[in-house]
Amino acid sequence: MQGIPDSYSDYIAWEQLPHLWCAGCGHGIILKGIILALGELDIPPHKALLATGIGCSGRAGDYIACHRFQGTHGRTLAFATGIAAAQPDLTIIAFMGDGDAGAIGGNHLIHAARRNINITAVISNNFNYGMTGGQFSPLTPENSITSTSRSGKSESIMDICSIAAEAGANYVAKTTVYHVRELHKFLKEAISTKGFSLVEVISPCPTYYGRYNKIGNSPEMLNWLKETALPLEKFQSLSHEEKQKFFWRGKLVQRSREDFLNKYKKQQSAMK
Amino acid sequence: MENKQYPFYIDPKLCKKCGLCIAFCPTKVYITGEDDLPKIEHPEKCISCKMCFYRCPDFAIRLKPEVA
Repeated sequence: MQGIPDSYSDYIAWEQLPHLWCAGCGHGIILKGIILALGELDIPPHKALLATGIGCSGRAGDYIACHRFQGTHGRTLAFATGIAAAQPDLTIIAFMGDGDAGAIGGNHLIHAARRNINITAVISNNFNYGMTGGQFSPLTPENSITSTSRSGKSESIMDICSIAAEAGANYVAKTTVYHVRELHKFLKEAISTKGFSLVEVISPCPTYYGRYNKIGNSPEMLNWLKETALPLEKFQSLSHEEKQKFFWRGKLVQRSREDFLNKYKKQQSAMK
Repeated sequence: MENKQYPFYIDPKLCKKCGLCIAFCPTKVYITGEDDLPKIEHPEKCISCKMCFYRCPDFAIRLKPEVA
């Protein structure tokens, strides 16, 4: 990530800004990362599509000048699968929240990864449902205070990256918005990977998660992410108890399993 | 091409005053200015790392002022 691509401004719907996200929300940093990755990879706005779901992250499509599609809650990947099948030349990025990807859309995610369809899923994980008042999602860490877990979340956290990797995704990585350079690297690699790729990005929600859990405002939340997100190898060497206090960041999987459309077309032509 | 075009122009209409650019600038180019908006106080200290640009969630740190 040396310079900033000249085409950066072409991807942004400037007339729609300022966006509706709160001050210090990480969604804007991730959206900017996607835009910079597309610019660096020379994918023009008319060759890219951003599919979003419902929630704070679902509004991302309003602020970009490429193709966009907003589906129902959690169904982003189902719609994106259809778009990928109909328009294989488009670069499709599914931008989802943690509720979108982990809760209501969890099943779609498993099957999109299993099918290995050519989509890049970007999960903006802010640990809660921001738009409806900070309820916990499956990706919220255990013991967290949210508006639906006032005494601490009793359920354990869901590791969406491991699930996608096990299901067969070609690329799986996780990072935070504090580690922006790593974020840009992972996004570029994920977009260039043929087949299903997933990048989970831990992002601050200072309005709910940061306030309820007394972490603080956006700079304090980013400092907290800096302290708690450990490189994958270091995280794996920790004991089970210690793992509960930290997150991992890094690349989990990178492989080149044949993607769905390629295989399908091959089988179709073999029949003729 | 790398030229000294930084720090950038801050669009006061887009900035939501989250303070990320002020907090994470490694050379402390920014200070909290009038009305809590970030102010470019020490442009000579800028090392062009562009971290403020990358971490600005509001698209408020712009490349050129004419893109308004």
